[in-house]
Order: sequence, then C-alpha cells, then structure tokens
Amino acid sequence: MRLLPSGSAALLVELDGLDDVLALYAALSADPPFGVVDVVPAARTVLLVTDPAATTLAAVADTVRATTPRPDAQAVGDSVELPVHYDGADLADAAELLGLTPAGLVERHTAAEWTVAFCGFAPGFGYLTEPGGQWDVPRRSTPRTKVPPGSVALAGEFSGVYPRESPGGWQLIGRTDVAVFDLDRDPAALLRPGTRVRFTAVPR
Amino acid sequence: MSLTVLATGPLTTVQDLGRPGQAALGIGRSGVCDRASAALANRLVGNPADAAVLEVTFGGLAVRAEADVLVVSTGARCPGAPHAAPVVLRRGQELRLGPPASGLRSYLAVRGGIAVEPVLGSRATDVLAGLGPAVVAAGDVLPVGPPVDPAPGVDLAPVPEPAAGELTVTVLPGPRADWFGDAGWTGLTDQAWAVTSESNRVGLRLDGAPLERLRAGELPSEGMVRGALQVPPSGLPVLFLADHPVTGGYPVIGYVTDTDVDRCAQLRPGQTLRFSSR
Repeated sequence: MRLLPSGSAALLVELDGLDDVLALYAALSADPPFGVVDVVPAARTVLLVTDPAATTLAAVADTVRATTPRPDAQAVGDSVELPVHYDGADLADAAELLGLTPAGLVERHTAAEWTVAFCGFAPGFGYLTEPGGQWDVPRRSTPRTKVPPGSVALAGEFSGVYPRESPGGWQLIGRTDVAVFDLDRDPAALLRPGTRVRFTAVPR
Repeated sequence: MSLTVLATGPLTTVQDLGRPGQAALGIGRSGVCDRASAALANRLVGNPADAAVLEVTFGGLAVRAEADVLVVSTGARCPGAPHAAPVVLRRGQELRLGPPASGLRSYLAVRGGIAVEPVLGSRATDVLAGLGPAVVAAGDVLPVGPPVDPAPGVDLAPVPEPAAGELTVTVLPGPRADWFGDAGWTGLTDQAWAVTSESNRVGLRLDGAPLERLRAGELPSEGMVRGALQVPPSGLPVLFLADHPVTGGYPVIGYVTDTDVDRCAQLRPGQTLRFSSR
C-alpha cells in the first residue's frame, strides 16, 4: 500500500491490483474514516475525499494504514441478472481478438460471474471484472461518437453497460433493455462496487 | 413565492453544495464553483449552507420577483446587483445583472433558497454528467423555499473582488508528479499559464509551454477531486473545477489547494494563472 498526495483535501491509496482495491474499498466503505465524504475505488487505487473542516489528511492516513482489508466482502454484494441481445456491432471482431467464435464469446460472457469493481466514466457506469477471467480486448482504434444506451461492451479486462448514449471506444457485443441508471428508481445506479452480475442471452 | 427568469446571460445554473458521497457510483460532486462566495451569499440572507443559489456566468441574468424577497449577490460584482449587500426585491420588481468588471461567476441567493426539485439529493446542475436541474432559461419560474433561519440583519459584507489580470495560487505535488520529474515541476511553476476559452465548469484549460512526460504508457483510471491538474498527452494541464469527471486516465501532476480553487473559478479566458509551490 502506497499513500500518494492528492492535494489538501484528498489522499490516493495505491495498491497492487484490483483484488486489493476491492478488499480495501469493502472495509473503508463499510466503516468510513471520520471526516471522509467519498471513497472512490478505481483500477489500482482508492481515493479518499475529506471534508477539510472535519479532519486532517494525517488522521485519515493513520486510519487507512490501520484498516484491515476485507477480501471476503466481495462475495456479499447484491446480485443482478442482465438479459442481453448479443447482436453488437463488434461481436465478430471481439470474438476474433479473443480467438473465439461469436457463439463461443457469448458462451464465455454468460458463463462468467462478473463483479462490479468500480464505477466511473458516467453516472452508473460499472467496470465489471471476472476474477481469474482471461479477458483482454483492446479498445477500438477509433472511438464511436455515439454508443446507444444499454450497449454491453468489452475493453481490457472489463465488461460494461453504457447507461445512456455517449461517446465510447469499447467493443460492443450486445445490448440490454435493463436501465442500469434510472433516476426514477432508488437506488438510481443498479451497478455499484461489489454488485455481482450475470449476463444471460436473450434467444434470437 | 417565485422568481421569473427574463434573461440568463451566457450560462446560469442552479447550484448548491452538490452530491457528496456518491462518487463510488460514478456520480460526481458538482455544486457551486466558487464555494466561498456562494456560502457568503447564503449567510447574508440567513439561508442554511446547503440552500440552492443561482450561479451566473459573466452577468446577464434578469429576474422578476413574484413576491417580496430578500436577495443578495456575491462573487464577481455585476453592475445593478445588490453586491454583498442584501436588498428586498418587491413583488413585480426586476433585477438585472450587467457584465462584471472582474471575475466570472456571480451568486444570487434568495432568502429561502431556490426550491427546484432535487435530483439524487441535490439541486446542482452537473453539466458534464447531465444530472440535476436543467440549465436556467428565460421564461423559467423558479420556486423559492420558505425561510429557515432568522435573517442576519447584515447590511454589507466587505469582501475582496476577484482578481483581474494575473492570479497566483498555491500548488501541491499530485500523485503522479514523478511522471514529469523536476523539469516538469519547474515547467508547471515557472510560467504564467493562459486561461483559454475552452474552460467551463468542468475545468480550466490552460495554454503555455507543454509539460513533458518522462515515461510512456497508460495510467489506469484513478479517482480525482476538484483542484487536480491533469496533464493529457498535449502536455497542457487542465485544472478541474466543480463538474470534473470522477475518475481520469491522465496523470495528475499537482493539486491547487482546496481554498485556492475557488479563486481559480473566477478566472476568465485571457487571464493568466501562476502556480506557486510552497
């Protein structure tokens, strides 16, 4: 664990990998240090954002160093099933990049047990990983200016669902009719760090 | 009680203290850009700190009161505004804000607060995420809430005007300062950066002599906060303001101290900014 400076109001904790991020995030989000207003997990880091009027960075750093990560907590998140129409524009390309047929990719994508590692990019966009999974898909060389909402996509070791229309460089393999971000629902974000996700194929 | 909007200038939004605690869901904090000025405005009309105000960019806002209301403006001083001095706007009376002589953002607080419907616990408009109330438009009728605390009875709060010309703020090393080395840090702190017209509530885009990276490769996205100086491949830093993205994939060389970020939010295109490391 390395504590990196992030100005007068935040502290960035750098870890060895995603598993360590999930374990530390689970411990910190269950019991946030006093004066911390946001805990933001990412691929290799956890950012702690403080209220400078309520605490000091030194106090937060001490608390973080004394925190016991909770690697077991990853399995206790909510569980979500997302039916997918596997007809994405990049399905064939993505399959080829993985050395699979399109049907083989669908089989692997639906067999995998995904976990939301962290969110970002847009409200409700979750970066999903399969622990031990062999996903490594490069982004498209030219990002799309418009990715339709509900698009199910792959990039790097991650899978994701676009919450709304936006630009994007991920490989599109399908789409879901489930709204992953809906302001009329509580909670609005379906995919939160720790949520487990299972994709199912909608028959054609 | 309500205010009818007659004109908005280049950009007027409803803002409050934003959405803390939701960054892990990809939902940024947002909220007022110049927190100190907005807080003063709320104090002067006896509002709680989290009451919503109007953030007016480069003047131009005109409103009509539909009932007697106590109003005040802070931040960039606009001709015609009750600057740091609360006044009662009588029913039917109009208030018109001219363009400020210095500074960029003015805050109009109304006793009782702007009471539009909150979204995810806040009335802040996040222009990057597209969350919160719509950008204020002419013809809008903005509801005003009931007063909560007693009016403070302050006639005038003497506060310094936002800087014209060059502004110097304090910078601290960021998590990836080592990607740029000593030469990069000197480049950051040894020149006057020009604020460009591509700046907005997301961040100030700066122009100057580009900062060179010492190392190639991609940075896995990581969380950042207001005040971050992120350096994209162009080498020209972006200083993140209220509507910054929750995570970013470019290295952050430094951070402007939290209180100084508010002063940066008053910079307009063409002004220059210097970073002083202490």
